[in-house]
Amino acid sequence: MTGIEAHLSTAVQIDAVSKTFNSGKPNEVHALDNISLDIADGSFVSLIGPSGCGKSTLLRLMGALTHPTDGTVTVNGKSADLARLDRDYGMAFQTSGLFEWRTVTQNIELPLQLMGWEKQERKARAAEMLDLVKLPEFGDHFPRELSGGMQQRVAIARALSFRPSILLMDEPFGALDEMTREHMQTEVLEIWARTGKTIVFVTHSIPEAVFLSQRVIVMSPRPGRIAADVEVQLGERSFETRESQGFFAKVTEVREALRFEEDAR
Amino acid sequence: MRRLIRSAAPAIVFGVVGLTLWELVLAVAEPEGFVLPRPTEIMASFVENFSVIWTATLNTGYIVVTGLVAGVILGVVWALLVSRFRLADEMLTPLAIALNAIPIIALAPIFNAWYGLLSPTSNQAIVVLLVFFPVFVNTTKGLTGVGATELELMHSYAASKWEITKMVRIPNALPLFFTSLKIASSLAVIGAIVAEYFGGRQDALGQFIVQNAASSRYTEAWAAVVAGSAMGIILYLVSGGFERIATPWRPDVDVVVQ
Amino acid sequence: MTTREETNRAAARLERKAATRRGLRRVVVFLVFLLVLSLVYTGYKAFGEAVDDAQTDWPVVGRVLPRTDDLTMPPISDIIVEFGEPPQRNSSKPLGAFIAEAALFTFREAAFGFLFGTLLGLSLAILMLRSRWIERGLSPYLVVSQTVPLVAIAPIVVIWGSKSLGWLPFTWEPWMSVAIIATYLTFFPVAMNGIKGLQSAHPASMELMRSYAASRRQTLIKLQLPASLPYLFAAFKLAATVAIVGAIVGEISGGVRGGLGRLILDYASRYTTGPSRLYASVLGAAALGILAVGIVTLIEYVAVTRRQEGHVAR
Repeated sequence: MTGIEAHLSTAVQIDAVSKTFNSGKPNEVHALDNISLDIADGSFVSLIGPSGCGKSTLLRLMGALTHPTDGTVTVNGKSADLARLDRDYGMAFQTSGLFEWRTVTQNIELPLQLMGWEKQERKARAAEMLDLVKLPEFGDHFPRELSGGMQQRVAIARALSFRPSILLMDEPFGALDEMTREHMQTEVLEIWARTGKTIVFVTHSIPEAVFLSQRVIVMSPRPGRIAADVEVQLGERSFETRESQGFFAKVTEVREALRFEEDAR
Repeated sequence: MRRLIRSAAPAIVFGVVGLTLWELVLAVAEPEGFVLPRPTEIMASFVENFSVIWTATLNTGYIVVTGLVAGVILGVVWALLVSRFRLADEMLTPLAIALNAIPIIALAPIFNAWYGLLSPTSNQAIVVLLVFFPVFVNTTKGLTGVGATELELMHSYAASKWEITKMVRIPNALPLFFTSLKIASSLAVIGAIVAEYFGGRQDALGQFIVQNAASSRYTEAWAAVVAGSAMGIILYLVSGGFERIATPWRPDVDVVVQ
Repeated sequence: MTTREETNRAAARLERKAATRRGLRRVVVFLVFLLVLSLVYTGYKAFGEAVDDAQTDWPVVGRVLPRTDDLTMPPISDIIVEFGEPPQRNSSKPLGAFIAEAALFTFREAAFGFLFGTLLGLSLAILMLRSRWIERGLSPYLVVSQTVPLVAIAPIVVIWGSKSLGWLPFTWEPWMSVAIIATYLTFFPVAMNGIKGLQSAHPASMELMRSYAASRRQTLIKLQLPASLPYLFAAFKLAATVAIVGAIVGEISGGVRGGLGRLILDYASRYTTGPSRLYASVLGAAALGILAVGIVTLIEYVAVTRRQEGHVAR
């Protein structure tokens, strides 16, 4: 692969990035320390690590919701800020962040409204996204009438509605029960297969990280560094995958990497 | 419909029991020169003096409504301005809360001196002040109290400050605004009536009540009190009606779909 | 682990400093506001006088905006000076002293009203906590009770007090009737916020108490009342203001002498012979209101905010 091709197929490039909060004051926090990371276009990457390791901060750096103290973040070949203005990515958080005063359809249409889509186009796209997340009959309901899992599905539909090339997800299933979680994981994989987007997924759960991604980035406790970069080659996922030998082996590998970092403190 | 009746039932029961007790106790006890008349006597007096009371209610009502509208507009506009600049919010909201500690009604004589005893402006000014504070404080709280996730989302959409205000802050503020509106409407009625006592037209509720009370015509005074209360209740219910229309997402009953 | 303790303590110190700075800033803002108000007042007077001198007719002045002659709007210097002048011919006691005494009189009524109103309101809240049915039955009437204007009730209460309460072991003085009026206004916010605060206890915590087989009273005292404190203090701040308003209006319409209400009314009726006195007494009432809320805020700080200092969120 030539340099240019490599560059074009890199969705996110993190270059020697550090982030310090409240520098100089007594409550100074070194969130991230000299992180370098390349995320290939169309890949599914998980970030995992102990509490406070800075994984959410790293995600927000990719989304230009905060800025690095040192180093650069390049998204789709441009600065993260430009990528944000170009609406290159969609985000989903642990709390669905749905607006309680808008119906489900109106919530999905929110980014489209901001981006100036025509009314007809918006309606059509919202209906399409509802089909994608399998909630076609709930368009006119208000978020409070939906369960947690359903709200998250709507949040994902909203994040994808304007066709971003990258999806940034910060523990979106953290508040859900195990059964719903596994269901949602399968759904996200389906969406990924169908849309081919780049997905960066922050999680607390080792099985979730291994099940979903091709690459698990293990982070160290604060100040966050990349402790390990685990390749996960389990082929096409299914319900049986979670009970396969290969799966357990990878989960163990990730767990060992995490424990190593814990012990090293 | 049945649910509505069921939820209103306890209030109706209490009301009926209370009124009956009131009537009976006074009918039996008949205390001497007692200043609280029986409900039936009050109703009789109300009917008898209806036209006078009605005119008085309209006159007071004019002050109430104009003051309410002006105060609400002032409160909302200030809230929008203040929420735009975070520094302003930090400084002005505590100031508003501190100023609210002042007994506003004490300003009535001063306003009367400014505008003249019989001018409606002095009473309207009192109402405006009484209405302004709760509306301003609550609306500001609603405009600024938006969740971090919602704001991050809007940032990720590269939304402009105005778009954030229009699509997030204002809808978020609506429930709190309507709460303050309900409070303000009751305050407006009482404020207008008490201000009238300090100085107002003869044919308005405040003066009517006080003059009848002074000549020991308590039944008439209470009849006017009932009219004043009714006005307060009606305004409260109307505000509630607006609330229901403007905030259709608020639950009367919680329904969660699994 | 001591480094973590140090960081925590340093962070707590920072929080305290920030809170003190916030408090100071608010005081400064308030003083600046007073200054700006005085400047606007004096400026408007000057503007009005200039318009007068120029003999032009601005219809706005006198209609929407007040007239600016010295009778209607005495200059601020006059008002300040008036505080030191003795208003009565036969004594040398300055106006400020009269106002202070009247303020104390009114404060006493408001304080008793606040106290009994709080007791009554809390009792109602606890009663409504017991049964949802009672809550739904009573609440509308609590709301309605506040729409009944005081001006009507006050003379009734005063007369009733002097006539029907002779059986009490002490003489019923008129100011006590005003205290009852203040109670009437205070109990409502305390009851409404009280019930909301009592119900705000976390369901998980309620279940915990049940698992300890705690009695209803124990749950109330150990869990629900502490949980309701933030709500109660919000109500207290409002109630402090409202008790003072109730006391002043009660005095006026009940014809009770000795308090600020009477004083303001007197100076209002004798306006033409001394407008500054009216302004001075109104300022006194304003100061009393702010003082009352200040006291409640202080109590809140000591009882609630300080106790939460241990929790420094990161």
